[in-house]
Amino acid sequence: MKPAPFIRHAPKTLDEALRILAEVAPQDGRVLAGGQSLVPIMAFRLAKPAHLVDINEVAGLDRISSGGKTLTIGALVRHSAFHRPVVDNPLGALLTAVARHIAHYPIRTRGTFCGSLAHADPASEWCLTAATLDATIVAKSTRGERLIAATDFFKGLMTTALAEDELLAEVRLPLLANDAKFGFNEFSRRAGDFAMAAALVTYRLGGGKIADTRVGVGGAEARPRRIAKAEAALNGQTPSDKAFRAAAEAAAAAIEPLEDHQTSGGYRRDLVRAVVRRALEQAAA
Amino acid sequence: MSEKTNITLTINGSDHAIAVEPRRTLADAIREDCGQSGTHIGCEHGICGACTVIVDGAPVRSCLMFAVQANGKRIRTVEGLANGDTLHPMQQAFMDHHGLQCGFCTPGFLMLAVGVLEREPDISDDDLLDVLSSNLCRCTGYQNIIKAVRAAAKEMRGK
Amino acid sequence: MTAHTKGSGLKWVGRAIRRLEDPALLTGHGRFTADLPAAHWVRFVRSPVAAGRLRRIAKPDGAFVVTAADLAGVKPILPMLHKFDYRPVAQPVLADGVVRFVGEPVAAVVASSAAAAEDIADQVELSIDATAPVVDARDALSPGAPQIHAEALGNVILEGKVKTAGFDVAWSAAHKHVRVELRSHRQNATPMEARAAHAAYDVATGRVTLTCTTQMPHLMRTAIADVLGMPESDLRVIAPDVGGGFGQKMSLCAEYVVVVWLSRELKSSVAWTEDRRENLIASFHARDQYITLEGAFDKNVKLLALKTDIISNVGAYSCFPTTSGVEPLMAMAEMPGPYDVQQYQCRARGVLTNTCTMAAYRGVSRPIITLALERLMDKAGAAFGIDPVDVRRRNLIDKFPYTSAMGLVFDEASYQQTLEMAVKAVDLPAFRARQKEVRQQGRHLGIGFATFSERTGYGSPAFAARGMEITPGWETVILTVDPSGFVEARVGSSPHGQGLRTTLAQIIADEIGVPPERIRIVHGDTDRTPYGWGTFASRSLVISGGATLIAAQKVRAKLIKIASHLLEAAPHDIVLEDGAAKVAGTDRSVPIAALAREAYTQTHRFNGEIEPGLTETGTYDPPGTFSNACHVAMVEVDIKTGKVAIEKYVVAEDAGRIINPMIADGQVHGGIAQGIGNALLEEIVYDESGGVLTANLADYMPPTAREIPPIELHHMETPSTQSVTKAKGLGEGGTIGAPAAVINAINDALSTFGVEINEMPATPQRIRAALRARGSAA
Repeated sequence: MKPAPFIRHAPKTLDEALRILAEVAPQDGRVLAGGQSLVPIMAFRLAKPAHLVDINEVAGLDRISSGGKTLTIGALVRHSAFHRPVVDNPLGALLTAVARHIAHYPIRTRGTFCGSLAHADPASEWCLTAATLDATIVAKSTRGERLIAATDFFKGLMTTALAEDELLAEVRLPLLANDAKFGFNEFSRRAGDFAMAAALVTYRLGGGKIADTRVGVGGAEARPRRIAKAEAALNGQTPSDKAFRAAAEAAAAAIEPLEDHQTSGGYRRDLVRAVVRRALEQAAA
Repeated sequence: MSEKTNITLTINGSDHAIAVEPRRTLADAIREDCGQSGTHIGCEHGICGACTVIVDGAPVRSCLMFAVQANGKRIRTVEGLANGDTLHPMQQAFMDHHGLQCGFCTPGFLMLAVGVLEREPDISDDDLLDVLSSNLCRCTGYQNIIKAVRAAAKEMRGK
Repeated sequence: MTAHTKGSGLKWVGRAIRRLEDPALLTGHGRFTADLPAAHWVRFVRSPVAAGRLRRIAKPDGAFVVTAADLAGVKPILPMLHKFDYRPVAQPVLADGVVRFVGEPVAAVVASSAAAAEDIADQVELSIDATAPVVDARDALSPGAPQIHAEALGNVILEGKVKTAGFDVAWSAAHKHVRVELRSHRQNATPMEARAAHAAYDVATGRVTLTCTTQMPHLMRTAIADVLGMPESDLRVIAPDVGGGFGQKMSLCAEYVVVVWLSRELKSSVAWTEDRRENLIASFHARDQYITLEGAFDKNVKLLALKTDIISNVGAYSCFPTTSGVEPLMAMAEMPGPYDVQQYQCRARGVLTNTCTMAAYRGVSRPIITLALERLMDKAGAAFGIDPVDVRRRNLIDKFPYTSAMGLVFDEASYQQTLEMAVKAVDLPAFRARQKEVRQQGRHLGIGFATFSERTGYGSPAFAARGMEITPGWETVILTVDPSGFVEARVGSSPHGQGLRTTLAQIIADEIGVPPERIRIVHGDTDRTPYGWGTFASRSLVISGGATLIAAQKVRAKLIKIASHLLEAAPHDIVLEDGAAKVAGTDRSVPIAALAREAYTQTHRFNGEIEPGLTETGTYDPPGTFSNACHVAMVEVDIKTGKVAIEKYVVAEDAGRIINPMIADGQVHGGIAQGIGNALLEEIVYDESGGVLTANLADYMPPTAREIPPIELHHMETPSTQSVTKAKGLGEGGTIGAPAAVINAINDALSTFGVEINEMPATPQRIRAALRARGSAA
């Protein structure tokens, strides 16, 4: 379980990184950020990239900034950066609540937010977060910069809209309304394992009624996404067991479940039903 | 294809000038190129945590980092915990509370616990349990590891 | 350490002294096999298919690749039993013309580093004509199933049958019959250190030193010398620090044979470190069984007779030395457990399949049969409408010695007492009240009991009963006080985490009055230690500890003789303590170191009455002794997801005299954690084509600290009459009891749904599926 040989490039600037990536991408080159997903795959030799463009030495990529209505997360921001709220907005607390579910502490000190999105594991908590909150993904290459909406970014299992020469340079998350409520719940068999289903919900209360609802489901389908029918079941309702149950039922019915040796489609729907309802209950608590 | 790069790993304050292939993991480099075999390798895919070391103050899986990425960084391993013949409070607590049996996972648990407690001395007992779920032990059933780490946390806070 | 180990008149045995093993392990100075540098590294090319004819192996140009064709003169591994219709099947150390499971070693690549060897191994091309595999034991028994070995037609490698004379009468006299059908899925012991071997060739002597992670260094030496046709004297085997074994490191590995062969061929050092994927697919597996168990009860819920059918999937080959009989024969011998039932019928079959070879794993079958039997007790309670604890009260043996239907002799134990102790500790009525109360809120709690016996410390007669060609059992200890007064015990056992260096030193310290820190226990080196069988089967403290005591008593007698000579006192007036021989009631004493010096350098003064030197040997081969315990698990089942959380775990346990309570508790904790992992999480899954779907530690799931609840231990000490130290073994009990306690608790939690879980692991998927089948919505 030793990785196959590769050539490592360690650019110091973003321009240099993009130039090298443009050059080596057609020769089986890949970007290395935190490495917490890529290196295990390389250890099993399921991936044998010929070149790695290691962006860890690129200056300026580790910044988090918030301005106006957006939180911007640079390509080298580690999961552990979110152990405490990074912004004085419900989004800060939301990211902290989610971050503690990502693998384990020593993984979070290396793995990056943007790397998780680029890897696009359907079970990823950050992918779910990006999809639920309609993040904007900033892709850069020597050809220029492209903004990609999260709904267009996640294409399927470990597949994204990034072109091979594009670096996921940053992610922009919209700040939440100051009165936004959120809930996150995920199911895994052991602490820190990949989610077999996860749900992230946000909403506001206007005159006691649920509004601006977002219900995102991850780990259950080939890609994380908002579930419109579940949101529709909530908007305009007062928070109640009945409304939450209806939304959970709608989400369970809406998904096209991933199946594997340990998870039948029916079981995956059971889990989605449970995590959506629990995320909603947490938001209401 | 696999040309070697000259790097310097600073392990427990000592510099090791070595030449490694880019694919060499930090775990392999620490053990084989620098001869510090106290860091163990249990799975090489980031699950078991036996290879946990502290790099620039943060506990990391040394099997998921390439040695070239640690060039010039400050690395701490189990060999650097004790002060001469005086065990680190974490080592002493593992001994006092029988937090080890075969000893294979022990260096990883020690570096995990020390690394986190140095960053977050006031971590709650429950969060500490989450931290300890990062690594696998097959001998102790975790009971005495948890006791030892909680006891050492108290001791470390007191200093 | 000194503060904790200083004498002060206290006995050493029975005290929780700190371990002598710890300082090196805590400071990174443990020495494990993979720590050794080597000139050459091996990577095995393994079969990607479960069954097929091996047509051709294409080696990359210039590569050093060894295949079966190169190993002329190397014999296959051929384990043997002389009973139970056993069919010997041979395992070539590298596949020879046929492959029988995914992961079987086919070729060995040698290069200057592990990574380089793996690069070359990737380029070795295997041409295999794949044939239809069979992975499930029941499928392998069906007519027309593929045959794994021509020598074992029908794929049955052995079959044990027993039926007591009065069985039919007792069976038909029953008031009720209760039946359990149980499935235990396949598991892997998963020591944190995977397998590893390092062989170094000494050009001057032609000897090879094999350092390897093993529980049985002496037998590895015998076995490898046999297979390679070399004198044992040419091979030294060292088991250095070993990172856990749990049975997986008992058996002979084909890979170790190849490594020794290569080091002789290359006249150099050769190393192999198994990676985790290899360990999960190709080391040894365990626990893959189908069990049907039926009990015949009279109207007072007294068990009259037991009937069982055991199908044990033994994989593609037979393991050495225990053979494929290790699981089915253990199940057959011990199914009646701690219950008084004299009528017994059993059929136990070992069935070959195209899967990784089965071998011992902590508890060996007993986690499964205890689960079956304890499910039976709970089901009997339900069938008769009485508390399941009462079923146990009415059936646990309480007169000793007790001879089982299988002829096992149970020594004095405390089955009833530990059950009552546990019932009291958990406050059963309070739990039942809380269970009822929270059920109203949609929460489902359950409590599960497991009472069991743990046969430990059994010597050669127990193994001989299985008809083993290789019959382990006894242990030898050579104890020396050197002329400096330092004590060294060389032992045939081979501990790897059990703390035996500490506990044996405690036993010696009490006999000869030398503190443990002046006693070194030497183990795991065939050049330095007497022949012995190693550490497995909860045996080392009983058997090696017994041999240690016997040797120490002899040394003690000699020290007293010399002291009596020097101090001019009667032998019975001399006490050995605090490093000195003292004349009781006086201030006259002489240091033990001085006595030792005398024994070597002043022998002319003994007038021929005392033999020179201070070395004595003890050998011990006991019949075996039974530990016992009652485990109780309290769980909550999340019926929406099927996930089980264990709230609390309580144990009342009796392992005879406890030498070191801290170490004893650690063994129980660790065993329970493995049992909980077995019960809820761990499963090696094969697909129909024989591929392993759980080849990493994300998919094969040993528990983390989060899944293991606080464990509360209560102790009794019933000294063993069958063990010279009065100690019983306890290495496996935790693992034996936990699956039954946990799965009974799950069933208790689900009782209102009319759902039953008789499967291990009881995964959330299985629990949800059972609930969904009963119409329970998530």
